[in-house]
Amino acid sequence: MKANSYCLGIESTAHTFGASIVSSDGTVLSDVREVYAPEVGKGIHPREAAQHHSQVAPEVLQRAFREARVKPNHLSSIAFSAGPGLGPALRTGATIARALAVFLRKPIVPVHHAIGHIEIGALTAGARDPLVVLVSGGHTAITACADRKWRIFGETEDITLGNVVDSFAREAKLPSPGGSAVEKLALEGKKFIDLPYTVKGNDVAYSGLLTAALKKMRDHNLEDLCYSLQEIAFSMLTEAVERSLAHTEKKEVLLTGGVAANKRLQSALEVITEEHGAIFYVVDPKYSGDCGAQIAWAGLLAFKCGLNVKVEDTIVRPKWRLDEVEIPWRP
Amino acid sequence: MAPLNTASFTLIRKGAEANLYLGEWYGRKVIVKKRVEKKYRVEPLDKKIRAYRTIHEAQIMHEAKKSGVPTPTIYLIDISDFTIVMEYIEGIRLRDSLNDFSLEKRLRTCRNVGNLIGRLHERSIIHGDLTTSNMIETLDEKIFFIDFGLSLYSIEVEDRGVDLHLMKRALNSTHYRYVDQCFDAVIEGYEAEVGNEKTGRVLAKVREIEKRGRYFPERV
Repeated sequence: MKANSYCLGIESTAHTFGASIVSSDGTVLSDVREVYAPEVGKGIHPREAAQHHSQVAPEVLQRAFREARVKPNHLSSIAFSAGPGLGPALRTGATIARALAVFLRKPIVPVHHAIGHIEIGALTAGARDPLVVLVSGGHTAITACADRKWRIFGETEDITLGNVVDSFAREAKLPSPGGSAVEKLALEGKKFIDLPYTVKGNDVAYSGLLTAALKKMRDHNLEDLCYSLQEIAFSMLTEAVERSLAHTEKKEVLLTGGVAANKRLQSALEVITEEHGAIFYVVDPKYSGDCGAQIAWAGLLAFKCGLNVKVEDTIVRPKWRLDEVEIPWRP
Repeated sequence: MAPLNTASFTLIRKGAEANLYLGEWYGRKVIVKKRVEKKYRVEPLDKKIRAYRTIHEAQIMHEAKKSGVPTPTIYLIDISDFTIVMEYIEGIRLRDSLNDFSLEKRLRTCRNVGNLIGRLHERSIIHGDLTTSNMIETLDEKIFFIDFGLSLYSIEVEDRGVDLHLMKRALNSTHYRYVDQCFDAVIEGYEAEVGNEKTGRVLAKVREIEKRGRYFPERV
């Protein structure tokens, strides 16, 4: 049997600085992360996030190696999140990855953050060729791989589902992370408040919904509003997914990304997946949020196909479309 | 009126929002489109959406036909059952055939599609879900547009732009090998119907809408 190889993944697109070591047999040997938390009622500040990342980096990296019981010299490659994300945060992670790669003389692999979400989802849930529903702070996209690229079947035309929930939570002065606070309050909601529902083909648009929900904050109790906001936002996405599923006739659906942890969204998507005779998969909740493991695993897949770059070419790309990236490891 | 009995009908397709049944109705071959309950939606929202789209789809399909765009003839609407009975169109969805066409036939088909979209837009109709799944080509090369559930009346450049953006998206995801030639041909057909001045404005809008998508480099 061939010996396992190991990849170190460094994630630093937004709130999270993460480091993880995965083995080529698909085992996550360690996954360590520290999350920058802005004050309640405030959003993420890119420069402060970057400062946070550089402060926690040494300890996070040390723990990642220690927990994995892998020595730096035994790595076969080093992967980092090259985008999309916040410039200062991305550059912090990239700088650390470059320094390690040069010092250890290891190949360096840039990874698209969303592909990390997809691949760690497919790995941990066991999906092979799914229609992917990627929901996070940075993405809301419905995508499937064909001819070595992720083809976008539907996406948000303005803000993401993560943005809707986070912005609403922030204005409502709910503690961070906003998603779980809104989900919890929604369970107490009873009255359904009508809010704008916008589906355009397989696309959704959320800005009208968010604005309307914020406006109604004065006249309604927060539980009912969280409930209605979630119901409308998830119904819109579920409808768009069902349209894409009917169109692509895929046999698997994979839900991944930070918002994938939401139980209500899971149950809505599960219902339609079963109706169309497909199998529903969800990313392991340990890895739904941003983490080093998603970068390490996607980096390892890419490196196995011979993908790596010279250190001088490791530019970060704050804006980088998912559908631009070549995926040589998928059919 | 008693709800239509679909027991003798065969389910031929489970679409995204409706089940399609094939059967005979007064000696005609018909499709029954039934908007089924969506358990993922809360009931008030679900009922509102199903009732609205059933009525609306039937109305706009009829209006589209008047604008010269082939659509199945509506025979009956039953709002209590969220059901439309319509003419059965014998043909193949472009989703399944477009990639296998010869270049010449593919371009001709796309020009034809663009022309039909132009006719809808000229009559203030926005289809709302332009994918090749929603276009059926008959043996005599007539293209029928179906699935008007998301359609709307509008003369806004924005809505026209979204319509063409969705068309391009469908080509990009399902017919990616031919997306450029196909979309160019769609636009050629569109322009022949609405003129180059309007086409220019709508195309500029399409580019603007594209950039609203996540992480396009030019997005501000």
